[in-house]
Amino acid sequence: MGEYRPLTEGLRAYRLIAGMWVRSTLTYRASFAMTAFGGLVVTGLDFVTIVLMFSRVDVLGGYSLPEVAFLYGLSATSFGLADLAIGSADRLGRRVRDGTLDILLVRPAPVLAQVAADRFALRRIGRVAQGSLVLGYALIASDIAWTPVKALMVPGMLVCGGAIFSAVFVAGAAFQFVAQDASEVQHAFTYGGQTLLQYPPTVFGKELVRGVTFMFPLAFVNWVPAAYVLGRPYPLGGLPRWAAFAPPLVAVGCCAAAALAWRAGLRSYRSTGS
Amino acid sequence: MDAFIEVDRVEKVFEVRRRTGFMKRVKRQVRAVDSLSFTVARGEMVGYIGPNGAGKSTTVKMLTGILMPSAGRLRVAGIDPSRDRTRLAHRIGVVFGQRTTLWWDLPLIDSYRLAHRMYRIPDARYRENLERCVELLELGALLDVPVRQLSLGQRMRGDIAAALLHDPEVLYLDEPTIGLDVVSKAKVRGFLKELNAGSGTTVLLTTHDLQDIEQLCSRVMVIDHGRLMYDGALAGLHEAGEGERTLVVDLERELPPIEAPSCRVVRVAGPRQWLAFPAGRSAAPLVAHIAAEYPLVDLSVREPDIEAVIAKMYAEKAVS
Ligand SMILES: Nc1ncnc2c1ncn2[C@@H]1O[C@H](COP(=O)(O)OP(=O)(O)OP(=O)(O)O)[C@@H](O)[C@H]1O
Ligand SMILES: [Mg+2]
Repeated sequence: MGEYRPLTEGLRAYRLIAGMWVRSTLTYRASFAMTAFGGLVVTGLDFVTIVLMFSRVDVLGGYSLPEVAFLYGLSATSFGLADLAIGSADRLGRRVRDGTLDILLVRPAPVLAQVAADRFALRRIGRVAQGSLVLGYALIASDIAWTPVKALMVPGMLVCGGAIFSAVFVAGAAFQFVAQDASEVQHAFTYGGQTLLQYPPTVFGKELVRGVTFMFPLAFVNWVPAAYVLGRPYPLGGLPRWAAFAPPLVAVGCCAAAALAWRAGLRSYRSTGS
Repeated sequence: MDAFIEVDRVEKVFEVRRRTGFMKRVKRQVRAVDSLSFTVARGEMVGYIGPNGAGKSTTVKMLTGILMPSAGRLRVAGIDPSRDRTRLAHRIGVVFGQRTTLWWDLPLIDSYRLAHRMYRIPDARYRENLERCVELLELGALLDVPVRQLSLGQRMRGDIAAALLHDPEVLYLDEPTIGLDVVSKAKVRGFLKELNAGSGTTVLLTTHDLQDIEQLCSRVMVIDHGRLMYDGALAGLHEAGEGERTLVVDLERELPPIEAPSCRVVRVAGPRQWLAFPAGRSAAPLVAHIAAEYPLVDLSVREPDIEAVIAKMYAEKAVS
């Protein structure tokens, strides 16, 4: 059978399960198109509110509309990617409570992959699409002094941001092993976090910004690296110059921490009495 | 005879916290499985019975790697289930009567197709197994129905097929006949019998329906309060449980209760009398004695009711 490699096995299982769900949603093409379009409209309204705000003011926390759109696009797209990939993991609490996690444990695939791919919803791609559109607008409309490094940083931020949000999703799921009703808490960090990041850090209090930067390193999704790209000061005074290039490190750190939390959570699973 | 499943002094203790007031909690330990030891050889078909809360499901969960034992040693096909869960998964099949392993919102066939890929079942083998299951479990008309629309009995048959597509060496069934009608039960039993005889699959069967055991298992294990109370042939249960056989005697006329060694009269109705005697004993001396002493017209022997035997066993345990 050879050596067992959880990562490749996990990705394979993920592909198989997600593929099955995609095929099943696509059997009802019309309904899929409707929900995807509906999602796009709803998330689209989100940015419209920001645009409307700018009809009253010229700057928000010192950021112009294209600059806010830059933050928004980065946050929404990376969150959308994470949500698409493992957003389903927030249903873990219910599985733990009713013991249906048992079933995942007797399949020859890592549990996280199965949980994440369960009910893989292609319509979540709507958020990615909307985020990308806003980001595209920002890139065209803003007058950034582009350098090769800055150009590379944009896709880099999306990947790292996606990884950081994914880590938050996984950590939240792991927490649900202990507190099965914690999906609300998790949403506060994921959905709440991404909404927070859509606005310039300068509109928030220093304490909040500090918390977001150091306790839940969400600020590395966009605030810090975007400040570098936009040629603005970092949201926190004390941050070193290289902090803009820290996202890959932060992402790796977050993923490692989330993986540990997940393993600890899974180990604490004790099924139910029936 | 190689031991395929080895359970050696295995324990499972659950820590249960109960809220007794605001912020106040008491911890209590529930010993679900207590120093349990047994082995099952390859190809055996074993019935695993016991009253509610005895620890049957907990044992199955430890054998499949869902739960880690609190103490003791457990091996299935030489693998430690909780440590090597994913590797073991390729070699075992599990059916939980209480919950389905199928994908709830998708057509039945999707669950099978996914298993095909996930377990890396060779195409020819998959087709062959699926065909056989579909035929024997009569799933043909159900393959395109979403699992949530299946009736309990249909779903259970679907679950059994799902557990067998990858040719598992051992099949665990936790109450596979719960809630099934007589016809479905017969179908499932026939299928399991054939599976065990034909493919040599080891089967461990948990049930509350003793007919399952009577019809399928040559060996039965009885567990109560997490401890093994009996392990052996089904017939032996009668003696272990102090079961009694009944001799029904028709006399020529009404007579006072018969007096004979090592038996007692349990009922008298006109010329007919019912005598109970230990199941382990031969009826011949008793019959000879009665024939010699009384005007005998007819007689018949009734085997003990296995349900009664086991009920008695459970009850005795509860008292002690
Ligand atoms: N996850 C759990 N947490 C706490 N206690 C549990 C858990 N699972 C089982 N128990 C306890 O362990 C004991 C054994 O339960 P188990 O489910 O193994 O019984 P069983 O023999 O399968 O019973 P039944 O015939 O009712 O299905 C019970 O007292 C039960 O309350
Ligand atoms: Mg049970």
